[in-house]
Amino acid sequence: RSISRRCYPNLPAGPNRCLCTSVLLDTLDRSSESFARNSDAMESLISQLHSHIEQVMKGGGPEAVKRNRSRNKLLPRERIDRLIDPGSSFLELSQLAGHELYDDPLPSGGIITGIGPVHGNLCMFVANDPTVKGGTYYPITIKKHLRAQEIAAQCRLPCLYLVDSGGAFLPKQAEVFPDKENFGRIFYNQAVMSAEGIPQIALVLGSCTAGGAYIPAMADESVMVKGNGTIFLAGPPLVKAATGEEVSAEDLGGASVHCRTSGVSDYFAQDELHALAIGRNIIKNLHMAGNMGGQHLRMSDFKEPLYDVAELRAIAPTDLKQSFDIRSIISRIADGSEFDEFKKLYGTTLVTGFARIFGQPVGIIGNNGILFNESALKGAHFIELCAQRNIPLIFLQNITGFMVGSKSEANGIAKSGAKMVMAVSCAKVPKITVVVGGSFGAGNYAMCGRAYSPNFMFFWPNARISVMGGAQAAGVLAQIERANRKKAGIQWSKEDEEKFKAGVVEAYEQEGSAYYSTARLWDDGVIDPADTRKVLGLCIAASTKCKPESTRYGVFRM
Amino acid sequence: SARDSVGRASGRIEKILIANRGEIACRIIRTAKRLGIRTVAVYSDADESSLHVKSADEAVRIGPPPARLSYLSASTIIEAASRTGAQAIHPGYGFLSESSEFAQLCEDEGFIIGPPASAIRDMGDKSASKRIMGAAGVPLVPGYHGDEQDIDLMKLEADRIGYPVLIKPTHGGGGKGMRIVQSPNDFADAFVGAQREAAASFGINTILLEKYITKPRHIEVQIFGDKHGSVIHLNERDCSVQRRHQKIIEEAPAPNISNDFRSHLGKAAVSAAKVEHPVTEMIVGQDLVEWQIRVANGEPLPVSQSDVPLSGHAFEARIYAENVPKGFLPATGILHHYRPVQVSSEVRVETGVEQGDTVSMHYDPMIAKLVVWGEDRTGALIKMKDCLSKFQVAGLPTNIDFLLKLSNHGAFENGEVETHFIDLHKDNLFIDPNDQLSKQQVYNAAIHGAAIAAACVCKLSLWYANPPFRVNYSAKRTMELEWEDESSKGSSKFVPVHITCLAKGKYLIEVGGSSFPDLKLNVVHLRDHDLELLNMVVSLVFLDQMEHIHIWHGSSHHHFKQRKGLDLADINESYQKPAPEASSHPPGTVVAPMAGLVVKVLVQDGAKVVEGQPILVLEAMKMEHVVKAPSAGCISRLRVSAGQQVSDGTVLFAVKLIESFYQHRHFLLHYDTSITLEQDE
Repeated sequence: RSISRRCYPNLPAGPNRCLCTSVLLDTLDRSSESFARNSDAMESLISQLHSHIEQVMKGGGPEAVKRNRSRNKLLPRERIDRLIDPGSSFLELSQLAGHELYDDPLPSGGIITGIGPVHGNLCMFVANDPTVKGGTYYPITIKKHLRAQEIAAQCRLPCLYLVDSGGAFLPKQAEVFPDKENFGRIFYNQAVMSAEGIPQIALVLGSCTAGGAYIPAMADESVMVKGNGTIFLAGPPLVKAATGEEVSAEDLGGASVHCRTSGVSDYFAQDELHALAIGRNIIKNLHMAGNMGGQHLRMSDFKEPLYDVAELRAIAPTDLKQSFDIRSIISRIADGSEFDEFKKLYGTTLVTGFARIFGQPVGIIGNNGILFNESALKGAHFIELCAQRNIPLIFLQNITGFMVGSKSEANGIAKSGAKMVMAVSCAKVPKITVVVGGSFGAGNYAMCGRAYSPNFMFFWPNARISVMGGAQAAGVLAQIERANRKKAGIQWSKEDEEKFKAGVVEAYEQEGSAYYSTARLWDDGVIDPADTRKVLGLCIAASTKCKPESTRYGVFRM
Repeated sequence: SARDSVGRASGRIEKILIANRGEIACRIIRTAKRLGIRTVAVYSDADESSLHVKSADEAVRIGPPPARLSYLSASTIIEAASRTGAQAIHPGYGFLSESSEFAQLCEDEGFIIGPPASAIRDMGDKSASKRIMGAAGVPLVPGYHGDEQDIDLMKLEADRIGYPVLIKPTHGGGGKGMRIVQSPNDFADAFVGAQREAAASFGINTILLEKYITKPRHIEVQIFGDKHGSVIHLNERDCSVQRRHQKIIEEAPAPNISNDFRSHLGKAAVSAAKVEHPVTEMIVGQDLVEWQIRVANGEPLPVSQSDVPLSGHAFEARIYAENVPKGFLPATGILHHYRPVQVSSEVRVETGVEQGDTVSMHYDPMIAKLVVWGEDRTGALIKMKDCLSKFQVAGLPTNIDFLLKLSNHGAFENGEVETHFIDLHKDNLFIDPNDQLSKQQVYNAAIHGAAIAAACVCKLSLWYANPPFRVNYSAKRTMELEWEDESSKGSSKFVPVHITCLAKGKYLIEVGGSSFPDLKLNVVHLRDHDLELLNMVVSLVFLDQMEHIHIWHGSSHHHFKQRKGLDLADINESYQKPAPEASSHPPGTVVAPMAGLVVKVLVQDGAKVVEGQPILVLEAMKMEHVVKAPSAGCISRLRVSAGQQVSDGTVLFAVKLIESFYQHRHFLLHYDTSITLEQDE
């Protein structure tokens, strides 16, 4: 087969080039109508995504930002930019948390989280946005904070808390205070991570009131900024109300009090930049024995994919019923577009194989149709292989579910699916899931959905998630409704039935969207398909810092 | 050994010792190698790993760095030659090449390449050389050098010489006592004044008179003689353009002289000059080092006078490590980056250094001689300018920019060279440090460079990608570049650069103060730390927590520094300062950090101090504690003295700021203009 170098400028030149068998050939037809249609559709999805992002980047709005600046404070993303190594990348998580979730907008859920390097050490940043509702914790704020801690614990990343918060959002106290995964869990996580040797560092850059006071107090080391940073269980108004004592915020819980007298904080910073510099120094001085530290951040040589990553925007079809070859995605995220396929001829609706992403070995599992018995068994086998060899797993989800019907059931599809779910659940290797199309039913489970604790999970803007498709659900629900009405002897006109179905479809349509998901933190963010390779590369690097663990499985039903 | 003695006995040179260093040693080694002659280098401790040592077949250590203990130590060098079995010693130029004693020693021992000791002796003695030159018909500057110092006689002599006349003390130097007299009426006053000043300065008031040459030129004629009695000249060269009495540009043939004068000069020159001059070699198409070796071997000169060609025109620009704005003071330092121009049959680079070498204070700070040849003077000059603009040296100040300005000067282009050239045209050759317009231009160019630096300074790996990755938005990055302003004496400015990485390798770069046209950049990675853009080169050197970024854009070079590693060290230090924050004291007040005894007060009240300078020493708990100045300024209210007991919180002194304390990090928040750089793949 000859390959045109015009189409693939990255292909090695010359008649003697050895095109190894592992290089994926491109199947994308750039001149086709679907290519253009898919590109256009994705472009509009991406511009929609960007307009949402642009909105949250403004934080709490110009007034709040101005007020923040007037106090000589940087915005949370600016703080992070100055903490991470100059010119380094930052993997921000769940930017659209809280999107259309409450009556008022809550940009990014009022808290910025993400991963970036400090002196070569990857750290988890958790930064309150004081311009959004005074940095108070809404339920989704807590969820996002806890998710960041979960990732940090899983990947053993030092945590840097950039504290500038008024504490819990009191009107919603019932949703933020009492339950297990509520406010208190933040400090529990700090304690447990500290016990496990995962450094907990707090930089107090603003107020740190009530429950929030425990973030620096529970930290291994904390820094306070003169003037801006305050820590107290009760602020001056409450103190006056409670005891009649009149005291300024600075005298009550300023940096001087806590660094000189109370010992609640360890480092006294003259101003915010000074605090950030001290924060960087603290990370520099960490010695995380057993962790590989920074030296592995420098990747060995790797090849870029042969095909343009930007073409990932033209692959996902607008109509979820249309199938596409998952290899066209793999060939744009794998180094050199090289993919050594495992069991290529067996269970062909699941594609499994080995590749590298930025030089890092990975096992990739991608859907190429419905899961059959064979595909599930192949998936379970491949997961076992990767777990055995400590190879991180990438799941590329585009799954409508397991095959249904009498033949499948008789073949024990549930048993085969269970094997794959067992393998996914127990494999102790980093797992990263990207939903590139549909994520429906038990397919979501076998392909490492949120419930299976992947280290990271991202959605493409076109992705959809629900227990089944809207139309299928409408059909099922309409049948039940019709049966119920029949029992009650009520007539159901065709028109009413269509209206009923349309309602179900609309609800599924809304609840199945990537934005509905990401607003509720069912994932770690919506990404531009063209960034998939980079995001995966960063996630793998962040996930492979800790020592490999050995895997133990439960009972496989045979 | 037997072989050596055979070689010496046969009279053929098979091995030579080069009693020199740097580019000249390298030059001689190159020719010797081409002739199949083995080479012995000598080196002082300062040159142990220098290029000339690496280039030679053997190398002998001859002593510590000071030249008088090494390169000028005749006996050590002769001993080294004997020990290594060299049959000849090539002295190069400078060092021992002008020592008739050394030449005599070599002649006695049977080692020599170069003019005979007698010739060197004659030329070394100014009066003897004048005598010889005069006898040979070389026109000499008319003057009076007599012992008779009577003012009337001197006046008569001055009239004879013709005005303007230069009155000059016979002793001393530095221009002290020198007077230029334009007319006879002014003579008496000037003469008495010169005598007085000479007496005061040097203790001797004897005076000589010379015709004042308003436009003197320095022209040399290359002479070659063999052992068979033939002496030829190889045309002249002009070495007029000088600073600190050293040549910086040579050219051959000399511009603006007639052919008659040229042949007259040639014929008049009788005594041998020293060693090769590349410009002469270029216009006669000969390797003069080879001639020297052949002559030393007893061979006749390869050409006769009538066959000596004069082909085209050649320039030599001498690239020195020196600080041009500070009066061409020699500079020292490390060559972070050294990329001379591509050599060809028409472009030569005589160099004795490599990237990473140190230019030390021990020797002449010459980095290289750039030699170019062209069909005619105009062609050669164009080539020289091109080569100078591409000649890249970083890490220490050089005269490259100055040479470029010089060669672009109209008078130089017209060949109007003379020894006062630099002084005469200084207004055009130097940037006036007070010229706001040119200052602004230089600053703008630097800002431009900073933008490029910002776009290029990248690390290629996953987390340190270029551009840095952000999820769904563009990374904004702030770099703070410290710009070394080469045009203004040792000053540096902080240039904040704000870079937004846009899609497809485009950048939005915002820097304070200037606007630029759009730029399209094409970045090619050359080596580990070198990048090449469309018409510029960026070199990155990491030294002492500092990233040095050098940019050559066209002929301009900019040097930026970016602090890496130690974060805001100054601020961290301020954290350790005795805290002056206690609100009861005015800013700058320093209080005792603990109760103790003042054991020493190191400065006086009112003294100017730098930040961190020890001011006084306290003793408490048997430990000495040095109290330092928290910032630069003037010490005031120094209230304590040695032996005094102070308690915790006692005011010790205050520091008054002399100028507003400049904290550059706050500079980061202001940006005015923006440019877009497109970085092609």
